[in-house]
Amino acid sequence: MISEEECREAAELALDQLPLWVREKIGNVAVIVEDSHPRHLMGIYDPVGGVQRIVIFRDTHPNAAEVRKTVLHEIGHYFGMGEEQLQARTKMFCGCELSFGDRPNTHTCPVCLAHPGVLPVINEQAVRYALQIALALESEVAPRSIFHRKNYFYPDNPKGYQISQYDIPLARGGWLGDVRIHRVHLEEDAAKLTHVGESGRIHGSATSLVDFNRGGTPLVEIVTEPDLRDPAEAREWAQLLRTTVKQLGVSDVNMEEGSLRCDANVSVRRAGAEQLGTKTELKNMNSFRFLERGIAAELERQTALLEAGGQVEQETFHFDPRTASLTPLRSKEYAHDYRYFPEPDLVPLAPTEEMLRHAREALPELPAERRERYEAELGLPEVTARQLAFDAQLGDFFERALAVADGVEPGVLANWVAGELSAAQRHFGPDGREVDPAHLVAVARMVVEKRITHASGREVLHTLIDPGSSVGDPEEIVKARQLAAVSDASELEAIVERAIEAEPAAAEKVKAGNPKAIGPIVGAVMRETNGRADGGEVMRLIREQLGLD
Amino acid sequence: MDDVLELTVAEALRRIEDGELTAGEYFDAYAEAAGGDELGAYLWTANPGPTATPPPPESETRRRRAGDSLRGAPLAVKDIFCTEGIETTAGSRILEGYRPPYTATAVRKLADAGARLLGKTNMDEFAMGSSTENSGYGPVLNPWDRERVPGGSSGGSAAAVAGRVAPWAIGTDTGGSIRQPASLCGIVGLKPTYGAVSHYGMIAFASSLDQCGPLTRDVTDAALLLRAAEGRDACDSTSVGIDGGVELPSREDLDGLRFGVPRELSAEAEGIEAGVSEIFERTLGKIRELGGEVDECELPHAAHGLSAYYVLAPAEASANLARYDGVRYGLRADADADLIAMYERTRAAGFGAEVKRRIMLGTYALSSGYYEAYYGRAQRVRTKIADDFRAAFERFDYLVTPTSPTVAFKIGERTADPLAMYMSDFCTVPMSLAGIPAISIPAGLAEPDGGGAGLPVGFQIAAPAFDESGLLDAAHALERAIDFDTRPPGVRP
Ligand SMILES: [Zn+2]
Ligand SMILES: [Zn+2]
Repeated sequence: MISEEECREAAELALDQLPLWVREKIGNVAVIVEDSHPRHLMGIYDPVGGVQRIVIFRDTHPNAAEVRKTVLHEIGHYFGMGEEQLQARTKMFCGCELSFGDRPNTHTCPVCLAHPGVLPVINEQAVRYALQIALALESEVAPRSIFHRKNYFYPDNPKGYQISQYDIPLARGGWLGDVRIHRVHLEEDAAKLTHVGESGRIHGSATSLVDFNRGGTPLVEIVTEPDLRDPAEAREWAQLLRTTVKQLGVSDVNMEEGSLRCDANVSVRRAGAEQLGTKTELKNMNSFRFLERGIAAELERQTALLEAGGQVEQETFHFDPRTASLTPLRSKEYAHDYRYFPEPDLVPLAPTEEMLRHAREALPELPAERRERYEAELGLPEVTARQLAFDAQLGDFFERALAVADGVEPGVLANWVAGELSAAQRHFGPDGREVDPAHLVAVARMVVEKRITHASGREVLHTLIDPGSSVGDPEEIVKARQLAAVSDASELEAIVERAIEAEPAAAEKVKAGNPKAIGPIVGAVMRETNGRADGGEVMRLIREQLGLD
Repeated sequence: MDDVLELTVAEALRRIEDGELTAGEYFDAYAEAAGGDELGAYLWTANPGPTATPPPPESETRRRRAGDSLRGAPLAVKDIFCTEGIETTAGSRILEGYRPPYTATAVRKLADAGARLLGKTNMDEFAMGSSTENSGYGPVLNPWDRERVPGGSSGGSAAAVAGRVAPWAIGTDTGGSIRQPASLCGIVGLKPTYGAVSHYGMIAFASSLDQCGPLTRDVTDAALLLRAAEGRDACDSTSVGIDGGVELPSREDLDGLRFGVPRELSAEAEGIEAGVSEIFERTLGKIRELGGEVDECELPHAAHGLSAYYVLAPAEASANLARYDGVRYGLRADADADLIAMYERTRAAGFGAEVKRRIMLGTYALSSGYYEAYYGRAQRVRTKIADDFRAAFERFDYLVTPTSPTVAFKIGERTADPLAMYMSDFCTVPMSLAGIPAISIPAGLAEPDGGGAGLPVGFQIAAPAFDESGLLDAAHALERAIDFDTRPPGVRP
């Protein structure tokens, strides 16, 4: 670690090198150098009675450059940036930074390596995040929840026990969508094992490597009641859960990176049976697609088994996405008596009123609520409401468009966002340009006012997104591409007249009472107008001229 | 200079302050004595000289805050405390060669206050034992009679302090591991209130019971050491420190203080030697002479303390010792074997018999189907015992018992009989379960049953939680009246 003198010098230098306006703004800052912080923090911004103090902990700073970084970080606090914006997220019971894809075993300390004598300290930020999740799920937070030790031997479990929650979890009950929540609890993640060798499992592999970077990552386990009825429903619900947690901003909720993991308990029963059947557990489904496929495969297996007169055994399966097959885990690997008992190194977790209030205030509008509001207040059909609410990006765009709608009906905007915009974005993928919500509103307005046709509106939207087109606003695009609808009534009447003359056979059939025969006449009108005529108006004029109204 | 080894730390510090002694002389006298230790008390000792061993990391800021009150005083540390870069084994072969990457909070706080690490003391493996015969590195001899045990598990610390190879020491007490060896070696041993001193860096045996405390030649030194070591530590969620700190004792009488004598832990207790009873009674007389009231009292569940203790402590130990698996540090036996075999062989080779016995006891007690009958029930007994003490402290200021039912026993005498060994903690375990502070002070010499030269007998005083200052004061007054000579025969001129 850096020497005390060097540390102080580096910190003071970093302060001196701040831009003048920053220095004037912060005034005098005292730098305090301490040896270490129990949670191995790097620094603390600590205003005491109007005096700005920055405390730097030496043991987490190998050199002056790191000290400088910490000083800047703490200055960030002075300007009101919260830990969420500034502080790296840390492990559940020590101060190690969370990481994904870093060099193995670079985010470790005596605590998460389970050296003799170390003790866990609850990460308050993790508790705050977990409270947000619990509240978002309308789960009831326990005034005092208890951590337990879950005992088992494995190289990914350095203490020989995992600290988890058992009989008194962080929160109980709740809902997400129409699925009931059983409980929400906090625990720590295991380290990551890599088995070198053919089997890919610890038995029979030549070498197993442990990466403790992941060990101790805070996990929130959410258990539902058995309310999901088929694989697609399970996938959809898992996606809703992801969107919900993502909106809270407390996790990346990335299945591929393992920040969202899903185990499925699966059982079947005969139609009409009251009791649920014996369940099995599926592990390792690291995408929504695999989740759905794994459950489907297991339902099929159980059904076939029961129909052949067999019985389902309670066991755990590993889903192999490559072969879409289920392998039972060897009983030795999972049939544990975990010997749970209360963790004596921790005191009960009692969230303060302040923590609960903060968690409540930090809740954004969540997908389920948003969908309800779209249906009840905006009158959107369920499918559209769901699509906008469960895709946070699309939903947020819709919100911004609504704010500048200026008279354009929400239902109309919703269709444009959920339909045309979403399709166009998919079409162009990540290369597509971002659309200004006001531009989308302008397009929708032009269509509503019949200044352009719906098809032209779509073309304008595509032009706005197309990275290859020159930037423009909707009005310019309409002008440049001559998309303005044929709005002169007499001009359109004349075109319709010519079209009827050009398609006499069709005209006769329509007159004789076959409305479907109108197609060729409409086609002729559209050809002549380059699609710029309003379809409804064209139909009306044809029928009028054929004397049908 | 031999004289230096007879000073209490408080006296030595006064001499250093007055310029009659230098901190270097003081340290070197002990470093030399510790280097020549014949009791097996040490597993590691510092070399004499100013730069011989790097003191644990410390900073000016911390030192200023701590006040440098200990001025370089040498400190013996039970080998259960992690010391950065210095081998720390907890008396176990499974940790042979293990050099911790950090220093325990208690050691660090004492170093911040100016103490210098003199040595790491021998102990029963992972603090499991009452004789220090369970050390993986050989037994410790009692300086009063080298054929006898010094008690345990902090036997190395106790023997070093009594044998004049350390001026004072820290140990840990889970069910009596400070008080019982203090009693058997004729010194003072204090188990503070659970949570008074940080656990961080103290290798865990039974987390909900383990507590760090001083082993010293007199009560004042115990107060001096506790004052520097106690305090809330952000690294230990269970630590709270002692509100208002610790005052140095000055009391010389016991006027108006009420002392309760729990029947279950004295007259009615099984196995208390006649000599021990006699000294205990004589000490009660001294309390009365000093103006204290003495009356009998009840702790109805205290007699079940030992049974509850031998469920709870092994249960916690079975989890605490799971980390010694050969994967990350310490011993790894048969690295070429498969995982399960490597685990089994490492733990079979690294742990001694008593540790294995307790791991099995604890694993069994926590097993599904047995949890309620053992662990659940033991927890309820623990609650009842704490309630008993609470009720007793409504009538009494302090409760007093013999510390150990016997004087020091012969090496090997009880190794074949674990239950007889467990009985050593009969009088000390209830206070551990209740989490309250208790001190053992030497009260006199008694012949062992069967005859022989007189051996030290300890007198235990227990106080309500966090009343360390009051407890030390009362012990101080009594200590003056007893006027025990802590020098074992071998070191007397
Ligand atoms: Zn920060
Ligand atoms: Zn860590």
